[in-house]
Amino acid sequence: MSAALKTPAPGTRVRGPTALGDDWRRLVRLTWTLAATDFKLRFFGSALGYLWQLMRPLMLFGILYVVFTQLLDFAGSERFFGVSLLLGIVLFNFFGEATGGAVKSILVREQLVRKIDFPRLAVPLSTVLQALFNLGLNLIPVLVFLVASGGRPRLSWLLLPFLIVVLAIFGLALAMLLSSLYVRYRDIEPIWEVVLQALFYTTPILYTAEMIKVKAGEEALRLLLLLNPFATILQSSKHVFIDPSHQSPQSLVGNGALTLLPLAAILVLFVVGYTVFAREAPRIAENL
Amino acid sequence: MAAQSLDYHAWVSAQPLVIVVDQVSKQFRLPHEGVHTLKERALHPLRRTGYDSLHALRNVSFDVTKGEFFGIVGRNGSGKSTLLKCLAGIYRVDSGAIHVDGRMSTFIELGVGFNPDLPARDNVMINATMLGLSQREARRRFAGILDFAELHDFVDLKLKNYSSGMMVRLAFSVAIQVDAEILLIDEVLAVGDASFQQKCFDEFARFRKRGTTVLLVTHDMSSVDRFCDRALLLEHGHVAETGDTGRIGTRYLDLNFSSQARTAEQNVAAEADTETGEQSARVLEPEPAEPVAEPTRFGDGRAEMLNGWFEDGDGRPTEVLHSGRPCAFGFRVRFHDHVEDPVFGVSLHTPMGDHVLAANSQKMTPAGAFAPGEEVVVRVRFDNILAPGRYDASPAVARLNQGLAWLDHRSAWVSVVVAGTHAHEGALVNVPCDLAIERQTDARVSNTGSG
Repeated sequence: MSAALKTPAPGTRVRGPTALGDDWRRLVRLTWTLAATDFKLRFFGSALGYLWQLMRPLMLFGILYVVFTQLLDFAGSERFFGVSLLLGIVLFNFFGEATGGAVKSILVREQLVRKIDFPRLAVPLSTVLQALFNLGLNLIPVLVFLVASGGRPRLSWLLLPFLIVVLAIFGLALAMLLSSLYVRYRDIEPIWEVVLQALFYTTPILYTAEMIKVKAGEEALRLLLLLNPFATILQSSKHVFIDPSHQSPQSLVGNGALTLLPLAAILVLFVVGYTVFAREAPRIAENL
Repeated sequence: MAAQSLDYHAWVSAQPLVIVVDQVSKQFRLPHEGVHTLKERALHPLRRTGYDSLHALRNVSFDVTKGEFFGIVGRNGSGKSTLLKCLAGIYRVDSGAIHVDGRMSTFIELGVGFNPDLPARDNVMINATMLGLSQREARRRFAGILDFAELHDFVDLKLKNYSSGMMVRLAFSVAIQVDAEILLIDEVLAVGDASFQQKCFDEFARFRKRGTTVLLVTHDMSSVDRFCDRALLLEHGHVAETGDTGRIGTRYLDLNFSSQARTAEQNVAAEADTETGEQSARVLEPEPAEPVAEPTRFGDGRAEMLNGWFEDGDGRPTEVLHSGRPCAFGFRVRFHDHVEDPVFGVSLHTPMGDHVLAANSQKMTPAGAFAPGEEVVVRVRFDNILAPGRYDASPAVARLNQGLAWLDHRSAWVSVVVAGTHAHEGALVNVPCDLAIERQTDARVSNTGSG
């Protein structure tokens, strides 16, 4: 057999696992299967099933709505306060699920990672996809509330999917980064919890951008929107989806070109996230 | 089996290679102190983490021909699973290259992605997707999968309510539906009930007919012996030997049972303590043998058995006897007194006390007179028809003049392991026999006639 070794090696070289694999269809299939299975399992065995998925943000919304309109009068004369609060919660919920869920995603899929060769990116990607499924469901009550409080379909609604795609890319960027770093550093988990908390309160979810402008000044608001891509996306979503009375980030910042900065930050983060993930992917199975 | 046919080598060289493993090494880093937290990193940014290197594979090279059934054997920790994972693409190799020609499928574990809360139907689809089938392919093969697993009636039952045997059947059925040209299988044969195992074996035979190449990784030599054409023996990450199954089997059993191998291993692991040193001295130099534990010994001391040993057909001392080969037990006796016509004997028994051999010189021509200081060597030669297992030898020297008088008797003095690659039928000894089946054409007639 040693003579046979000298003949040129046949076929393809086994290079070990990578982030993308060499068949993109397999990546898509796996991502879909993982996300769909988890989605199915999530409320398996509960009587109300998918309804819980709707109930959770709605219940949080109910509490916050009562507190901020009845006790604290944040709403003022704002006609769409309730809906924009709900939209904020729903979008933040998506972001939290996509990134927070991704942190431990590789550990949760340990069985797969250790036993089969598959495009590793399927793991964080499926987490984001699953969060997208939930977002799709959760946007239904937002729409119902919007129409109920007098919102009428506008052409600018068509921009919402684009904003959600940007948000999903942002989420995926962080999902890749967090999931691969968690393999080496287990303290990513508590750190990210704190970051998410901070994000919740530094984003105009409970309050409006206009309130910051009045109370802390234009400069503070500008800083907030430029430093926090999530805030920019949320503010844009409110502007295009709920009511033009929510000013667009462009007009709030006062410089249209500057608002491209958060977008650029998301793209840079995506490249960084992918690079880190792709570098870690071949050895995830042994580092776990 | 094709393996046993004489033109096997000719056949092999005519086939293309489908797997070429060239000088593959793989090393794992085992950190001394797990730097698992950023805090430790932040507090000691400059400290380089010390780690132990575990060389799981060292320069492993081999190749597999299309249609071959290739076994990879090795003991626990020999690196066989690492090798399989490198082949499967789960681990990236540190150096060397693995080339594979053809669609490959890996069963390192059956039922990857199985979820106990979902019914079998969903699990089949998930598992098939994991193994690389598309949704459409998986749906098309669904009936075939359930047919093979014989689980049509349980398709909507949640997997957590399946017995482990049913689960294995389902998983194996999915696994074989993936039309792979190369299969990597990791010890999946050990599971399932006997009839299902037989089905799996039949399926393997079908693989062979289709020209599927199979790599079987196991520590069970008998399944390698049963299926594989060739095998590779891994030891400490090295390829100890590649070759036909019979030779590998012998070598593997030697490794498993002989203390020589154990000692060699301990030397490799650099764990040589004094006790091991003594052991190795004993092994390398069979005389004088110290019994493993001081057994019961009696006798008047007029003769002394100095040492006893087992030897193979060529007269080499050994601690492993291979089934079906000639071998012998020998012992050396020194007389301390003038002894006339002593009787030498030995009995071989299992640790449970079942005697499988008893031989003595009572019926032979009297041995004659021995003077003090004189020595004899007594050998009992026999064809080893013993079933695999451990046996103890109890030799004795006695005089039979007025009743029985022990000169020296040591029970369970020397131990030996009988190793066989073939599964035996469960009897203590494999008595050579013929089995004949004669059809009685008029049996029914005579039965009714007598009844």
